[in-house]
Amino acid sequence: MSLIEAHALRKSYGSFAALDGINLTVDEGRIVGLIGPNGAGKTTALNAILGLTSYQGNLRVLGCDPWNSRKQLMRDVAFIADVAVLPRWIRVVELLEFVAGVHPRFDRSKAERFLAKTTVGKHSKVRELSKGMVAQLHLALVMAVDARLLVLDEPTLGLDILYRKQFYDSLLNDYFDRSRTILVSTHQVDEIQDVLTDVIFIDRGRIVLSCSMEQFESRYTELLVRPEQLDAARALKPIHERAVLGRSILLFQEADRQHLAPLGEIRTPNVADLFVAVMSQQNRTTQGVPQ
Amino acid sequence: MSEPNALSQSSVSSQLATSSILAPTRPFYWSVRRELWEYRSVYLAPLIATAVFLLGFLVSMPMLPHHRHGLSASPATQQLQPFLRPYEVLEGLLMVVGMIVGVVYCLDALHGERRDRSILFWKSMPVSDLATVLSKAAIPLVVLPAIVVGLSIVTHFVMLLVSSFVLAGSGLPVAPLWSEVSFVHNSFGLFYHLLTVHVLWHAPFYCWFLLISAWTRRAPFLWAFLPPITIAILEKAIFNTEHFWNYLMYRLAGGMEAMSTGAHSTLLGGHLTPLRFFSTPGLWGGLLFAAACLYAAARLRHYRDPI
Repeated sequence: MSLIEAHALRKSYGSFAALDGINLTVDEGRIVGLIGPNGAGKTTALNAILGLTSYQGNLRVLGCDPWNSRKQLMRDVAFIADVAVLPRWIRVVELLEFVAGVHPRFDRSKAERFLAKTTVGKHSKVRELSKGMVAQLHLALVMAVDARLLVLDEPTLGLDILYRKQFYDSLLNDYFDRSRTILVSTHQVDEIQDVLTDVIFIDRGRIVLSCSMEQFESRYTELLVRPEQLDAARALKPIHERAVLGRSILLFQEADRQHLAPLGEIRTPNVADLFVAVMSQQNRTTQGVPQ
Repeated sequence: MSEPNALSQSSVSSQLATSSILAPTRPFYWSVRRELWEYRSVYLAPLIATAVFLLGFLVSMPMLPHHRHGLSASPATQQLQPFLRPYEVLEGLLMVVGMIVGVVYCLDALHGERRDRSILFWKSMPVSDLATVLSKAAIPLVVLPAIVVGLSIVTHFVMLLVSSFVLAGSGLPVAPLWSEVSFVHNSFGLFYHLLTVHVLWHAPFYCWFLLISAWTRRAPFLWAFLPPITIAILEKAIFNTEHFWNYLMYRLAGGMEAMSTGAHSTLLGGHLTPLRFFSTPGLWGGLLFAAACLYAAARLRHYRDPI
């Protein structure tokens, strides 16, 4: 069953198209990574899904139109829209009381169990917590909501590596099961590659790639070429080429691994490398076309 | 080890069972409490004003028997004055404090949450924009008046008690104190005054300030006060008339004129005229305007991005 269905989703700010016709389907039980450079439209897309911004086109989230039924939607959707949006004046215990008061699907004791594993004090104010602790607190809140869809927009921006790692570890170990769906946008592609079941690349308001991790692994091949085989490998039309420590690494799409094997060492590329490849391809095609 | 676990499990599930059928008023109730957590001045300012006043009153207490001695020969209405004056001061003080706190609160209520981006968190909760705006309107229209009335009544009572002790201590009769200052009558008069003037008649102001705070990107104070003042000044400069200014003054003070006759004080012999108050067209026009402001503020909260 698809939780999110977007068709020809558009959003413009003046003459700038933040979303330029997005088609998107997210099924139940998936962990989808929305990956794109700054200003690509990630946040706009997530905000549209969360009912925080208006849009043109068709969008259904859990069967609702998010812009007009945010309140109903928020019973089944939890989100972290941005780092550091928890009000700075509030105390942790007040935050727990408030969410327990207004949210029918919030399990306060669960949130307290998550918090007990951290150093966040119950009577601290949010302004007294470090950035990493605020992120832990927010994550504890959303994980204690029995939501069908969790949306995270750059949830670990500005956190150090330990907190980032912890964040995704607890998300996977303490929260995710097959009935939940997570949509996460991030820059730090490497860290969430193993977490994701699907990736979506977005650039300039358009989706430039969308596939499951299984498709990704079968579709893309990376070849660490032996120097003497470089020309032969290039003849097979790699989509990207980069040099690391004097050796060339070529990225192939839909290539026959048996043809590549004699030319060097075959590896599965990581998402970040594919991202760079796809983005530089994008830049080439748009630069070639006169505006 | 397993027993407490089972216990907490069952309490969790019973909690879930009760909370999954949340009463529709619960989000509203918690939203109002949320406001009081954020804006402590809503209750602290009146409390501090009352404390300062009571301190002054207690300091002046040793003088009371002298006043009573001096006044025992004068007519009954004048006898009320020395005791009622401080109480009237307190009422006026609390009303002014309540109004100032209310205006300051309203101008920040829907602006601050966009400024610090916490609106993105509040909007992740299943609370509608209208419920949020109404809970914020409840601060100047329900909570503050209730605090003013409650504090006044309690303080009045404390003042009567303390005065009684002082009078009794110096051998003067205590009974007249309680009969000449009708505690119940005053409390009711105060409640009526707050309800008519401060809630119903002034509601358009507070709701207008909430609307400004939902609309403006910066300087809500300037946007709330500058345009009306500019209009008044322009009118004076161009047409040499003061209709707009007079109208504003009517919106501010018209409720006082309609709610009672005679002295404006509810304490000193003012005659309450609720019928006249509730049949004043200006009241209903103002309330309509207030409702429109709240609706518009809720729509703006829906549309506006964080600043």
